[in-house]
Amino acid sequence: MKFYDEEISSRFLIGTALYPSPAIMLEAIKASRAEIVTVSLRRESGTEQAGQNFWSFIKDTGAKVLPNTAGCKSVKEAITTAHMAREIFETPWVKLEVIGEDDSLQPDVFGLVEAARILTEDGFQVFPYTTEDLVVAEKLIAAGCEILMPWGAPIGSGRGLNNIYGLRSLRAHFPNIPLIVDAGIGLPSHAVAAMELGYDAVLLNTAVAKAGDPVLMATAFALAIESGLQCYQADPIEKRDMAAPSTPVAGLPFWNQDHA
Amino acid sequence: MKIEIIGSGIVGLSCAAFFTEQDCDVTVISTSNGPDESCCSWWAGGMLAPWCEMESAEPLIGELGLESMKFWEKFTSSYQKKGTLVVATSRDLPDLKRFGRRTENWQQVKQNEIATLEPDLADRFTTGLYYPEEAHFDPRQVLPELKNYLKNKGVIFQSNTSLSTQDLHAPPKADHRIDCRGLAAQDHLDELRGVKGEMILIKSSEVKLSRPIRLLHPRIPLYIVPRENNLFMVGATMIENENRSGATVRSVLELLSAAYALHPAFGEAEIIEIGVDARPAFPDNLPRIIRKGNTTYLNGMYRHGYLAAPAMAKRLVEQVLGYNTTTTPYEQANKPALSTGSM
Repeated sequence: MKFYDEEISSRFLIGTALYPSPAIMLEAIKASRAEIVTVSLRRESGTEQAGQNFWSFIKDTGAKVLPNTAGCKSVKEAITTAHMAREIFETPWVKLEVIGEDDSLQPDVFGLVEAARILTEDGFQVFPYTTEDLVVAEKLIAAGCEILMPWGAPIGSGRGLNNIYGLRSLRAHFPNIPLIVDAGIGLPSHAVAAMELGYDAVLLNTAVAKAGDPVLMATAFALAIESGLQCYQADPIEKRDMAAPSTPVAGLPFWNQDHA
Repeated sequence: MKIEIIGSGIVGLSCAAFFTEQDCDVTVISTSNGPDESCCSWWAGGMLAPWCEMESAEPLIGELGLESMKFWEKFTSSYQKKGTLVVATSRDLPDLKRFGRRTENWQQVKQNEIATLEPDLADRFTTGLYYPEEAHFDPRQVLPELKNYLKNKGVIFQSNTSLSTQDLHAPPKADHRIDCRGLAAQDHLDELRGVKGEMILIKSSEVKLSRPIRLLHPRIPLYIVPRENNLFMVGATMIENENRSGATVRSVLELLSAAYALHPAFGEAEIIEIGVDARPAFPDNLPRIIRKGNTTYLNGMYRHGYLAAPAMAKRLVEQVLGYNTTTTPYEQANKPALSTGSM
C-alpha cells in the first residue's frame, strides 16, 4: 500500500489529541501499531520552541507524522498552518481540514478543493478530509490529491458510517485511489465495516483517546482494522435470501422422504 | 535538621508546613515576594474535586486528593464543602453519561434539584451530577494564609532571591535542599514539560453560585468557581505548549462562551483578568519525588497542585527524614514511586 511515495503496511492512522497524558498517548500509539500519527498544529504549536516537548514525544514514537490543519475555517488559515507544519515536521504531507460549519464540523468542500490545489502546486502531498461526495472527490483529484479521506460521521461523534451507500459508491468510483475513512468512528465494529467496504485505512482519534482505557481500545481497533482488511482480501460471500446448506443434502439418507 | 526549600508556590509552602511540623529549621527561598502571579498556584481554580478528576486522572490523584482535603479542611477557614455540580448543554448530554460512568460518589440531580442547589441555574439544565463531598477555596486567600502561618511557626522567607545555575549546583547551606521550582526546574529535570493553561476572572452581581460548576466540553474541563465579591473564576484550557506570553483569542472565546452558556447574565459581567501560565508536568501527568544527592525535588503537579501538594509533601518529608510522620486515614500502601539518581 502506498500513500504518495511512501510504502505503508499498517492500515491504522491514529490521532494524538485528547489523551489523559503523553505517557498514555505513547502507549496507545504503540498498541495501535500505527505507522502514521496525525498531529494538530494550530492548538499545540504556539511558536518556535514553545511546543518542543510535545513534539519530542511525537518524534519518539518513530511514526511518520501527518500534520493536520484541524480547526481551520478558511483557505488562508489552512495554508498558513500547512506551511508551519512543513517547517516543523519537515514533511510534504498534510491532512487538510477546512471546516465549514461549527456544529457538524463538516468540511467546507469548496474551500477544501481550492486549498488542495494551492498546496499541491506548492509541493505538498495533500490528504483531504472530505465528505463522501463523488463530485467533490473528482475535483480534489483534479486539484492534485492522490488520496481521499471521506468522513464516516462528524468529527468526535462516534456514530460510525453514516452513509454506507455513499462510501461504497466512492470506493467503486475510485478503485485505484487510496481511500481512508476519517472521523466519526466510535467502535471497532465501525472500523471493521469501513475496511470490509474495501477502504484502505481508517483514521481516528477520539474513540481511542477518550476511552476509559485508551491503550486497550487502541489494541481493539488494531485487531478490528486488521480483521476488516483480511475479510476484504478474502472475498466474503454474498448474502442470500434462502438458507444454503453447508453439507451436501442429496447424500443424506431419507433426504427426500417428505416427497416419497 | 536544616531544610532549604526553593520555591514558594503551593508545593514549596506545603513542604515547609510538613517539615515545620517535624521541628525542622526551614528557610524558603523565592524569586518573588509572593504569593503572587509569578507562581502557577496563583492562577489555579482552587477546586478540591478528587471524584470529578477521576474522569481522566490516574487513581493516585484521587488518593492524594482525599488526603490533601483532610489537610485543607483543618488548615484553612476559606475551605467550603459545598460539592460540585456537573452539567452539560443538550448537545453534550452523552458526555454527562460517560462522566458519571467514570466517576463515583455523585448523585443524579434533575431540574428541581438543580434549582434547589443553584437557584440561578433553575430551568437552565434538565439534568446534572452532584458530587456532595467535594470542596473549593480561593487560592489567593489560601497562599497568603499558609505563608503567614509558616512565618508564625518560625519559617524564614528569603524573598526576591534568584539563585544562579551555580548556586543550584552547589551543595545546600542546609542539611537538605528541597527543590520546588515548578517549571523552572526544567534545567534539572529532563522530563518536565509545561502545559499551558488560560483562565479568566469575571465579576457579576447578577449571578449567584454557591459551588464550582463544571460544564462538560468535548476537549477541556471547563469550570466556573464562585469567589468572594461577586467574582467568578472561569478555567481552564490545557494546551501542550509552554508559551506563557498571552492567552489566545480562541481560548478566551471558549472560556467566555462557557460562562455565557451557563448563564446569559454573564454576558454583562466585567472581565477583571485574563491569566496565562504553564503547569509543570511529567509525561504521565503525575507528581514525582526525585532525590539527587542531598537535593530532593517535588514537581509535576500538572493540574492537581492543591489536590496533590500536601499529600506529596508529607511523603517527601517522610522520605527525607527517614521515618513515618503520622498515620492518616487515607494513608495507602500505594505510594508514588521514588526515583533516585545523582547529579
